[in-house]
Amino acid sequence: MADFMNNGLVRWFDRRLPILSWTNHHLIDYPAPRNLNYMWNFGSLAGIALVIQIVTGIVLAMHYTPHADMAFDSVERIMRDVDYGWLMRYAHANGASFFFIVVYLHVFRGLYYGSYKAPREVLWWIGLVILLTMMATAFMGYVLPWGQMSFWAATVITNLLSALPFVGEPLVEWVWGGFSVENPTLVRFYALHFLLPFVIVGLVGLHLWALHHTKSGNPLGIDATGPQDSIRFHPYYTIKDAFGAGMFLLVFAVFLFYAPNYLGHPDNYIPADPLKTPAHIVPEWYFLPFYAILRAIPSKLGGAVAMALSIGILFLLPWLDTSRVRSAAFRPVFRWFFWILVIDIIVLGFVGANPPEGAWIVIGQIATAWYFLHFLILLPLIGWFERPRPLPASIATAVLEGSGSASSGRGAR
Amino acid sequence: MSQTVNVRKPIPHSLPCVAMAGGIFMARPEGTPEQDLRDFLIMAEHAPDAQEVDRRDFLSVATISVTAVGAGFAAWPFIAQWNPAADVLALATIEVDLAPVAEGQQITVSWRGKPVFIRHRTADEIAAARDVDMDDLKDPQPDSERALRPEWLIMVGICTHLGCIPLGNQGEYHGWFCPCHGSHYDTSGRIRKGPAPENLGIPNYVFTDDTTVVIG
Amino acid sequence: MKRILPVIGLLVFAVPAWAASPGVSPQQFSWSWEGIFGTYDREQVQRGLEVFTTQCHSCHSLKYIRFRDLVAIGLSEDEAEALAAGYEVPGDLDEWGDETTKPAELQHTFPGPYRNDTEARALNNGALPPDLSLMVKARVDGANYIASLLMDPDYNQSEPDDNGLYHNPYFAGGSIAMAPPLYEGLLVDAEGNDMAVDELARDITAFLAWAAEPKLEDRKRMGMKVVLFLLVLTGLYYVLKRKIWANVEH
Repeated sequence: MADFMNNGLVRWFDRRLPILSWTNHHLIDYPAPRNLNYMWNFGSLAGIALVIQIVTGIVLAMHYTPHADMAFDSVERIMRDVDYGWLMRYAHANGASFFFIVVYLHVFRGLYYGSYKAPREVLWWIGLVILLTMMATAFMGYVLPWGQMSFWAATVITNLLSALPFVGEPLVEWVWGGFSVENPTLVRFYALHFLLPFVIVGLVGLHLWALHHTKSGNPLGIDATGPQDSIRFHPYYTIKDAFGAGMFLLVFAVFLFYAPNYLGHPDNYIPADPLKTPAHIVPEWYFLPFYAILRAIPSKLGGAVAMALSIGILFLLPWLDTSRVRSAAFRPVFRWFFWILVIDIIVLGFVGANPPEGAWIVIGQIATAWYFLHFLILLPLIGWFERPRPLPASIATAVLEGSGSASSGRGAR
Repeated sequence: MSQTVNVRKPIPHSLPCVAMAGGIFMARPEGTPEQDLRDFLIMAEHAPDAQEVDRRDFLSVATISVTAVGAGFAAWPFIAQWNPAADVLALATIEVDLAPVAEGQQITVSWRGKPVFIRHRTADEIAAARDVDMDDLKDPQPDSERALRPEWLIMVGICTHLGCIPLGNQGEYHGWFCPCHGSHYDTSGRIRKGPAPENLGIPNYVFTDDTTVVIG
Repeated sequence: MKRILPVIGLLVFAVPAWAASPGVSPQQFSWSWEGIFGTYDREQVQRGLEVFTTQCHSCHSLKYIRFRDLVAIGLSEDEAEALAAGYEVPGDLDEWGDETTKPAELQHTFPGPYRNDTEARALNNGALPPDLSLMVKARVDGANYIASLLMDPDYNQSEPDDNGLYHNPYFAGGSIAMAPPLYEGLLVDAEGNDMAVDELARDITAFLAWAAEPKLEDRKRMGMKVVLFLLVLTGLYYVLKRKIWANVEH
């Protein structure tokens, strides 16, 4: 129990609204595995990124004009006339990229250490719903500056819906509020872009609830056997998260102040022109692998379905992965295939960035096939045939005895 | 090795008030808040000497202070972004042509989103405005301070009570009358009766020639 | 698992390289505003302003720049006012409700050369001269692209083809509607010598770079403070983290 809970006034208040003991329980005395490595920093970093996006986003909303005729000019006004408007806008635009960087690393950490396995399946699902909500929010936010890329991204992505049989055409017109992407589309995207981050906040609450209910995983993938396996969250992980936040903000600041347009696309500084598509349209980098999967299937409906399934199958991961061992540190075969999957996804990213011509088409199709092969076929097989290394008796024994030895899994750090 | 493998001085779990610190369970006797604070900060396994604790306390305080300073500076842009933006400031002056305004007439122009009354005063109005005992005024100010040129009275037309717009040529002093809460202003725009605390405001302005005034 | 970090890092850094540029890659110049401490060369930007007002502005608008903004590149307020007074902007309606014009003032933006896009196309062989305020940010490698495009010697000596287009390798598709705008002697330098096309091209690029990103210097100045502060803060966090974890096997 943290010492502030001994204060009489605090106790008086807490008996009436136990928010302080709740905080103490979840942020201070919360028992965390003692062996978490730096890959466990990305959850708190994602939280920080979300806060940066919401705070800068609310500021931008106070200056932005959601109208097809005025949106582009109002963004330029923010950049030129509003005090520190350039800072808010660049922080928000780059913040989106950095949010995805830390969330993707958080997801890859989950894939590597088997964070989706029992009893954390619901925790994993909520995380995937957060990812999907983030994607929707990012997509609609990218439309708001109403530049060329905004407009054509909105056009291409909303047109995916038209692939649906029977309902496709009316559905797309319903989403547009017209016969193409135009002002009504922009205004509804603005409203949703404002709303969805708060939905994400709620989902993050559920994510943390599920986390604190099942307790954190750890690099060894074994459950805590007793108090000697845990340490309290504060000060150990508060300071470690603070250090991680400092590193994150440093990299973020370098991009924000010295290369604010590096991750953006020049075409979005051209006002939207519904009569002229840019020569080469690409989504923001964080959508490239999915965009590659979309284009890999030579059928309109098939591509859209494959793209949806690429995340959809992750919901089944707790059952597709048949191994009882969580951490890749004890799974020599799985580990190889994990890194092949990482390379595969990066290749998909390159494919998504390049025009669908020549070799890129074939590479994209092979990489897409491998992606689904990995999750649907290889993962169950590996689980059945792989011989995992012996697991340590407890976190504490591994930490105290096995420094550097293979059985401890320290090599994975 | 037992389960409490990393405890160098094993402590029975039966002691009261078991708290986690230093990564292990340790016994902590009931104590004063000061002792609690020390318990909170120090490691359990081998009690560090006082000097070491001081060093870490200092480091913690320094780190928290630097974080707080950074948060303070980071807050500034979020506050400053509400300031009038450059394009708003750019429109902060207006030029008014006074030639069409005949004696006894008043025009209202918009300046920074506020009404500005420009009144071409008659000789009677000027005389009435000047012939006032300062002791009778709630907010004493001679008319000569309120009008650069006696015939032109230029004021912000917003009642100093709660921001309504007073009506011209009305009220007990034949100046302005605010219908909201009954404030009476004289022909110099000074408050004479009613709840308003101050005279109607005078914006900065200059006459660039006989018939042109720049406000702001 | 840590091995993934450099890989993702590479992924991020590789992004702009993927952005396929439709024309020939531009020549690389060194610009005063590049780098951590880079600032705009006021004199160069002012010369660029002169290139803009004497040549570019006859076809291109610059709608996000206000005359008062020119104070930031070293013009005095009187100079900016005098420049503004040479342009006409819409005035108030007269007593009959007719539109009037008046000389531009500091708070006005550069008026466009045409009443509307339709007129602009009609007078330019069907092509719309784009607004130049954001041109440097709206093209891949924008500053180098604009300078390369404007100083290409073959382009500057070329005649229009049958469609009235000029060959320029840097322009997407290779054919540009804009006649070569710069020529030696368009302007004279401080000593009264004719300025070369290369100089003119670099100067107008500098002006357009400033027009596209007028807050660049504020941004870099603030960045320096923020990064130094974060280095100190993160260093403190690291030391404190080491101290707190010193006695914990993990």
